Amino acid sequence: MSEVTLTINDREVTAEAAMSVLEAARQAGIPIPTLCHHDRLEAYGGCRLCIVEVESRGKINHVVSCTYPVEQGLAVRTRTETVDRIRRVLVEELMAHAPDSPELKALAEEYGADRNRFGKEPIFCVMCGLCVRYCAEIKGEHAVGFIENGPRREISFIPERAAEVCWDCQECFTVCPTSYAQAAYLLAKGLAFPDGGRS
Amino acid sequence: MCEQAVNAIIENYRGKPEALIHALTEIQHELNWLPREVLAEVAAALGVPLAQAIQIASFYKVFSLTPKGRHELHVCTGMTCHLRGGDKLLAKVEAVTGLKPGETDAAGRFTLERGSCLGSCSIGPELIVDGKHHGRMTPEQVEAVLDQYS
Repeated sequence: MSEVTLTINDREVTAEAAMSVLEAARQAGIPIPTLCHHDRLEAYGGCRLCIVEVESRGKINHVVSCTYPVEQGLAVRTRTETVDRIRRVLVEELMAHAPDSPELKALAEEYGADRNRFGKEPIFCVMCGLCVRYCAEIKGEHAVGFIENGPRREISFIPERAAEVCWDCQECFTVCPTSYAQAAYLLAKGLAFPDGGRS
Repeated sequence: MCEQAVNAIIENYRGKPEALIHALTEIQHELNWLPREVLAEVAAALGVPLAQAIQIASFYKVFSLTPKGRHELHVCTGMTCHLRGGDKLLAKVEAVTGLKPGETDAAGRFTLERGSCLGSCSIGPELIVDGKHHGRMTPEQVEAVLDQYS
């Protein structure tokens, strides 16, 4: 496996060529906040919180580090004024949906986000897709999926599958940053298979 | 007959997960909607998870998860048609059919939709029925046009 050398926050870091900037940073012990990232899942690039500043051949860009591959000589800065501002606004927007998520509260503290900046629209789901991807990629069950599009997009347990597999698994509840997956499951269960899903 | 046609479509794409959208499009044209059981059959035959079939079917506007009428009415509410009286035309179509945009009547005759600029500004305001453009419409003409479709 070929290796590349890049700098993260002025520190020289060696990484495998196939790594993302996020992986390289974490391997070097440099923290980058994430919400939709999971070590066992494919990079998703959904929450945008892992945004960093990269400088390559004299050009400065802002990219999401979980989907941005490392390259030789790349200069990465994980905390600049712009990066912090972008993260702060992202957290403020997400808090309009899930104001009491512990993960968002911690991020709000870190980046000085105002949880009341935007009008509340408490749908409790932040569309990180962790439950959907966990169910598909790790469990291979596809019992929960996204439905609809745009502002109406939401996660939905597919009753036909959920009734068979969810009761004995429930692992997606633990990856959800807001507990919404659990709520959505209980709603689907109450409506579609009130016997508890044990067949 | 419908069922045969749907089965033929499903057989045609059996084992081809990449053809999901093609299969759903053809079935949508055949039945005017995508019943849940058909979605399950398609998913099983093509080898895609049901969750993915439902995701695709609910994402695109060409697919309908509820029955649609035999005839689709589109009233243009784009800027040009609006200035030429599109809202009065829409109100008249709503009054004649008893439908609001997005609804289908109980007899399954019409589904009413509106669109923002359906692309024929020069003949606006327009009412499109099953793809046929009726241009320069006035509210008075609505009943005569709709009578042509049963």
